Amino acid sequence: MSTIFFLLLAACGSGSGFTDPSREFGPERPTEGAPHAVHIHQPPGLGVADVDLADARGVRLGVPCATCHGDNAEGPWVERDDAPQDFHGNVALEHGTLSCDSCHQSDDRTKLHLADGELLDITDAMTLCAQCHGVQYRDYTHGSHGGMTGHWDLQRGGRDRNNCVDCHFPHSPAYEQVMPVHPPRDRYLDLDDSHQEGH
Amino acid sequence: MAFDPSRRNVMKAGGATLGAAAFARAIAPITEWTADLSVDEFIQRHYKEMSREDMNKVLRRIEAKTLEEYGATVHVEDVRPTPGVQFAYALNLSVCIGCRNCSKACHEENNHDRPTNNSYIRVLEMDNGSMSLENGTVNYDGPVPKPGKFYMPVQCHQCDNAPCVKVCPVEATWKESDGIVVVDYDWCIGCRYCEAACPYHARRFNWTKPEIPAEEINPDQAYLSNRVRPQGVMEKCTFCLHRTRKGRLPACLEACPTGARVFGDLADPDSEIRWVLENKRVFVLKEDVGTLPRFFYFFDE
Repeated sequence: MSTIFFLLLAACGSGSGFTDPSREFGPERPTEGAPHAVHIHQPPGLGVADVDLADARGVRLGVPCATCHGDNAEGPWVERDDAPQDFHGNVALEHGTLSCDSCHQSDDRTKLHLADGELLDITDAMTLCAQCHGVQYRDYTHGSHGGMTGHWDLQRGGRDRNNCVDCHFPHSPAYEQVMPVHPPRDRYLDLDDSHQEGH
Repeated sequence: MAFDPSRRNVMKAGGATLGAAAFARAIAPITEWTADLSVDEFIQRHYKEMSREDMNKVLRRIEAKTLEEYGATVHVEDVRPTPGVQFAYALNLSVCIGCRNCSKACHEENNHDRPTNNSYIRVLEMDNGSMSLENGTVNYDGPVPKPGKFYMPVQCHQCDNAPCVKVCPVEATWKESDGIVVVDYDWCIGCRYCEAACPYHARRFNWTKPEIPAEEINPDQAYLSNRVRPQGVMEKCTFCLHRTRKGRLPACLEACPTGARVFGDLADPDSEIRWVLENKRVFVLKEDVGTLPRFFYFFDE
């Protein structure tokens, strides 16, 4: 019985089949030190209105919210009824039944607010999204929603993650259709055409 | 230096039967093939039988050959598994939009033949509510995702019970300790049994010598993954082992704009892949054939 056991052990030991067993594995996974950071992208456009104008070099102009809505920017243009359409001309609100004031604080346009009135910086958009889209936020925090680059093993390197608003424009958040890239050119796909030509 | 008369007669008879021209044409692939094969390549041992020194010589030879034939300076490594790591992949079909950026990233990362647009990933456009792969199509076009359709990228499932490994007559393909099924391109004889055995259509054959412009060759290469393959051998997805065995994410995952792809270490209970397997309703493709894939699909609730 013990002989069989030894034979089995020997068989397991040589199971990898490497003549030089030191070649079988690479380095150990590093265990010391804190894991590398997961960095969430901050889109540069948050807190800047895209006013559909460009400067002389063709660079699109953005106007920070505080230019018009800040403490020192009192003026008739701020409260004009047509300002959302004329100035924020690119806003086509297609986000359920939400209106501007559902997310933007009415008396401080540099801020967002949660449903309970808590104020958020305009750069903290993801917290605002998460209050309604909890399932997506849960999936995001567990790495199964939203693009990323970098390392699966945070012991060996960091990771960059997309922000909600990188992919979902907050005012019309449905993911738009795209044109597919890189069509397959398999040999058998061409056969369909040649059959039609009678070959 | 006398010829063996009987052998000579046999050759004469053979030549007469086939016709000399036809005979020459028939053996042409062999003469062309041997002209392209150096002595070092011919006597090279199986991947697992090479010493570290042998392997280093082979790696340098491959680098020199790539420079000579493609004009590209590359770095080829023998990247081995990290002890204790068990790779797995999951794909969220609710989020995939069928844009094929994964397929393109694979093409570029893995030094695939440019004229054929080859890639280890094939994206199927399928009818909602259907799981019939036969009715899926790969050559769809136009804006995606289309209403009433969903998109299913298929690549190597790195099966734990891999039919492709079992059918190989020369042990040129095997499963490694971290779960990745690899091919020794220098040992493969190109019989394509593995291609026929794979229920996921995941293996590719190099019908021609890959054509890649020098500036497009990815210089970060490994012996078992993305080095430029010779003509006449099989190739397959390796979960980008030249990246993932160093802790990086696979190229197809990084290219995915929607985050449909989840990759990681099954042995780590805190990994994203474990969360998906424990909390989502995952399934494997063709579960009934018993291949035990390491590639999982899921839909959001």
